[in-house]
Order: sequence, then structure tokens, then C-alpha cells
Amino acid sequence: MLAPATRSVILLGPQPGPQPGSPSHQADVGRVLRELGARRPVALCTAGWQEREGEDEALAAQLGLPSVNLRLHRRSEELFAEDAELKEAYKARQLLLRHQQDFYRVRLDHADEAAHAIAVRHVEPELLEQERRVSVEFLRQLDRDHVERCRAIHAAFEQRWRPGDRPAVARHRRELRALIEPASALVIAGGHVASLFNRMELFDALGLAAEKHVIAWSAGAMVLTDRIVLFHDFPPYGKDIAQVLDAGFGVAPGLVVLPDPSRRIRMDDRAGIARFAQRLAPATCVAMDPGTHVVSEAGLVVRASATRLRTTGEPEIGWSG
Amino acid sequence: MTSRAIADLSAGPRTPEAVDGFFATHGFPIVEGPAITFVWRGEAEAVHLKHWVYGLPSSQSLARVEHTDVWHLTLGLPPASRVEYKFEVVRGGHGEWIQDPLNPNRARDPFGANSVAHGTGYAIPEWIQHDPRSPRGHLDEIPIDSQVFGRRSLGLYLPARFRRTRRYPLLIVHDGHDYLHYASLGPVLDNLIARLDIPDVIVALTSSPRRLVEYADDERHASFLTDEMVPYLQRLFPLDERPQSRCLMGASFGAVAALSTACRRPGFYGRLLLQSGSFAFTDIGDRNHRGALFDPVVAFINRFRGDPIAVAERVFVSCGMYESLIYENRSLVPMLQSTGMDVRYVEARDGHNWENWRDRLREGLSWLFPGPLLLVYE
Repeated sequence: MLAPATRSVILLGPQPGPQPGSPSHQADVGRVLRELGARRPVALCTAGWQEREGEDEALAAQLGLPSVNLRLHRRSEELFAEDAELKEAYKARQLLLRHQQDFYRVRLDHADEAAHAIAVRHVEPELLEQERRVSVEFLRQLDRDHVERCRAIHAAFEQRWRPGDRPAVARHRRELRALIEPASALVIAGGHVASLFNRMELFDALGLAAEKHVIAWSAGAMVLTDRIVLFHDFPPYGKDIAQVLDAGFGVAPGLVVLPDPSRRIRMDDRAGIARFAQRLAPATCVAMDPGTHVVSEAGLVVRASATRLRTTGEPEIGWSG
Repeated sequence: MTSRAIADLSAGPRTPEAVDGFFATHGFPIVEGPAITFVWRGEAEAVHLKHWVYGLPSSQSLARVEHTDVWHLTLGLPPASRVEYKFEVVRGGHGEWIQDPLNPNRARDPFGANSVAHGTGYAIPEWIQHDPRSPRGHLDEIPIDSQVFGRRSLGLYLPARFRRTRRYPLLIVHDGHDYLHYASLGPVLDNLIARLDIPDVIVALTSSPRRLVEYADDERHASFLTDEMVPYLQRLFPLDERPQSRCLMGASFGAVAALSTACRRPGFYGRLLLQSGSFAFTDIGDRNHRGALFDPVVAFINRFRGDPIAVAERVFVSCGMYESLIYENRSLVPMLQSTGMDVRYVEARDGHNWENWRDRLREGLSWLFPGPLLLVYE
């Protein structure tokens, strides 16, 4: 297959995964591949499934085309077994990122508590509304600062260790290029979003597939946007505030992907949705249940069928892009 | 407070057939909105309700429905309450404590079993039962040779998908074997891990033959855990050695041991789960009303209250509203918060018992060790 004239980045709602208790709905990735006219094998990335990335038989059967699994998770283990220096440096970077995430999270919690404490004051509604906006802006500032600091850590790591120049990494990337080049599309499954993001970054999977259509869902879709936003309105410990994990790869810009909203978002909390959408604006917050899709070409959404979370707090069901 | 069911029985013919019908058509104790009615049937001189609800008289008499062998007592019980109790049946001047023969709900503890009354809205959590979809972790006992305490047996829980290539957080559970037997800790861990509520975790289950001494702010205990047991486990298993991946947990005196050990090794344990801690203190003098057994605890808590410092990062505290220790726990929480530690405090309408501690495990463990739930999107 020749390189597509316009690369489509197609984001889908949740598909079946390998985890026990994972959604049991039908996969629609095969239908999307057929609509794209894909006839060659596809390159498959299931690194979000971590140690279970090889358990892809059910997914491969859904594709309707032969597939080759890039095995990025396994490759990372082989790589670190071979390059101990990079492994240590990588561990140190991840530790730093985790600390930073933790501190950002503490700041978010306190900002959220402050917003609540202000919101319950008995003052004029206009003043309260003004302060509410300030509270949202404060969260936006924390998010921006966090993403900038994440980017700085990644850049420093890249500059100091130049992974692409290291023999083991370069060899894996050559092998991956050989697998991806003949493929008609890169298909990225969901799973553990941090694990997936880290492996894709380590092997520059998107760089190697720069000319390919990309089809991704859930965690796979999240990593393609500008910001990876973690969220769950029903955690077992009561409540939680959404947080940015990191900057994403940005091939589907201007979107915040929110997979599986039926199970993860309190959709009747209009004030909460408004605050969330305002916090992440101007990005479009897209809630993606099974069967939904968003197609992005050249950085613009060209069509969609999903739910957009408006800054007014109203979900726009059937948003078409 | 009166029971409609008892009123109906009293207003009826009260024949043996009518009484049989009453028992055949009700579950016991009878829960009618905020009223709960305890019922016992039989011949006796007196029947008393014995419970452990702090704030109510610990013994209350049941009244007899005239011309029947039905005894009853109605109490107001706030929603979501859970109360453990027994009946004292007095015959021939002698009282015998028995479980409620009409109530199938039982709670076991090291001293036997009690009957359990569930108020409106209380439900046994479904995540405490074994779920066939949750792979079972591996439970084992290993010996540990301690210079402090000699040879001891240590219970171990390894997650079902344990891999040597991963690093695991370590949860140290005081009275861990009791948590297994009376608080369903095994299935709870299996389920919370399978549902991504908590990460795969290695759990060390400790038990002490002299817990009231060793758990009462004893340096030997802190040394045993920190200088011997943790390094020993680090040699055996791939443990994440960061403080935020180490948690001390315990209930009652076990909670004292957890807090005391963390205070003796500030910064070593990043997480604490303290359930119904026996955190006795005094505002003046050095002897608490609880007696001499608590003297070392009082000294420790008084010291901590005098100079509270951040010894961990996150602390989850829970206590039952129906236990006398609610005062001590409510008093401790602001002290903990004042240090800058991230503290979450939860109260339940329950008493000083294992099922109360069991019911709080999901919230406590998932807050201290959040699982990949927030990171996994299929």
C-alpha cells in the first residue's frame, strides 16, 4: 500500500482487552480498517497490556487483516537487559516523573479544596462566579506548569542519553521500521496508559509510522492527544480530581480523550463537567463510549460521532466534529 | 420506640399458632426503618440484650409479650449501623450468654462469635467474598530469626501474578493472621488487586504472642520490623524500597504499634493504616482511665501530642462511632493533620470489631496504595 495522501488518525471507543472484567462489547476496529480500504497487514501495538501484550489472538481475529505485533513491552525488557546504563537512567527519570506527579497531585488537591471553600461562601453571586473562574484558572495554571515540567524532564533525558543513538535502541528501531513500513496502518490498543506511552516514546513508534494511518482506542487514543488526562469519578476511595499525566504525542491535537465515560464520569454532575471542560479548554473534551469515533486529519477533526463535554456542563451527545 | 410487628402480635389472639405464624413471617432482628427489634423465644426469668455499643447501656432487658414466650426489645438504630450482640438468658438465677438463634448473621473473632444486626442501608460489601474472576494470591508461612524476639513465624501474601521482574509495595499487617481469619483479608486483597483498586502488593502478616506489651510503643518491636523484617523481605522479594511503597497497618493496639513504629523511624514508612487505634492519652497526669496496661501508650501519645511531626506521607484513620475509642481517634486526627501529613479519617456506625475493620479496607488500602484504575483504559 502506498503512503496515504492524507494520514487519518482515528480514535475509537473502548474495545475488548485482555484484562479480566474488561468490557465485553464488540470490537469495531475491523470495520474501520475495511472502511479505510486497508488491504495490507497492520502493525499492532498492545504495549498497554504490559506482560500480556502477546495475548492478542482475539484482537487479531477482529482486525480482518493479518497483523504483526510490535511487542514494545517485551522489547523494552530486552533493551534494558542489554543496556544497563540506559536502564538506570530511565529508572531515575521515571522516579523523578512520579515524584513530580505526586507533588502536582498534592497541589491539585489543595487547589480543589480551596475552590470548594470559596464556593460555599455567602457573598454576592457575581463575586462568587468571578472567584469560581479564578479557581478554574488556578487549576489550568497547575496543569500547564506540570506539562512544561514533564516536557523539560523528557528533553533533558533525550539530550543527556540520546536513546536513538544507542546501539540497542537503534537496532530495535530498525527492526520496528521493517515491521511498520509494509503495514497499511498502525493500530494501538488501550490498556495502561503510562506504560503504553513510555514504550511508544522509547522506540519512537509514531515517528516510525509517520506516513501511516493510525487507529487507536482508549489509552491508545489518549496518548495521541496533546495532554494525557487521567480521570475517574468513582474511585474506591471516594472522590478524585482529574490530573494530567504528561504531554501526549500530539498527532490528534486539540482533543482530550475520555474513554468509557459511562463507567468513569458522573455525567449528571453538570457543574463538575463544566469545571472540567473549562479547565481543559480550548481543547475539546470527548467522551468516548463503545461505538464512538473521532477522525483527525492534519490536526483537525474532520468527522466524529461521540459526546462532547461542553464548558456549560451540558454533554453534547452525537457530536459530529 | 415501638415495633409495628410486635404491636400487631400483641393485638392479635397470641395463640401458639399465631406466634408460630409471627416467627414464620419475619426475619430477625426485625428492622422497621430506623427501629430494630430484637426477639427471643423461650421460657426464662429474664432476657437481656448484651452489646458493645458505646453510648448505650451495655445491657438492656427484653420485655415479654403477655401470655406468650416471646421476648422483645426495640431500639433506634441509625441507618447503615452494624451492631454485634448476644442475648443473656436468665434461668434459675443464672445468666447464660448465647447467640441469637433467630439471626443467621454471625461475626467471628478470637473469642468466639457474636450475632450481628444490620441497620437499614448496611450491606455486607461484595468485595469481601471470594470472586472466581479474582485470581487467588499465594499465602505462605516463613520463619524469621530475630535477634530481638527469637524465631517467629511470618505470614506472607504474594499476588497471583507475582513476577520477579517487578517491584512491589510492601504492606505490613499487625495481627495479620487475625485479619486473615476474621476480616477476610485474603479475598479482599485478591479482589482489590483484580479490580485494579490497589496495585499488586506483597503483604507481611505479623502476629505477636505478647502484643499488649510489644505493640505499646516498644523499641524492640520497631527494631524487629524495621531493622530485621523489612531487610529480610527485601532480600527475599523484589520490593520497591521507597517509603511511599511501605505501609504499616493495624487495629486497636496494632494501630498503636504501627504509629509508634513510624514515629521511631520517621520517613521509613510512607503509608499508615490505623484502625480503631487505642490511642489513649491524658490532658493532665499520666494515668488514663483505661488502666496500667495503657501507661506506655499514654506516655507515647502524650509525647506525640506535645510535639507532633510528619512521620509518614499518607495516613488513613478509621474508627467506629459505637466504640469508646472514638474520642481518642477524633482527638488524634487534627494532630496528625497539623504535621502536614495527608490524612484521611473515616467513621462508621460500627464497633470495635474485625468486620468494621474489614469493611474499611477497600477505602483505606486504595487510598494509600491507589491501584492502576486511574491509569488503565481498555
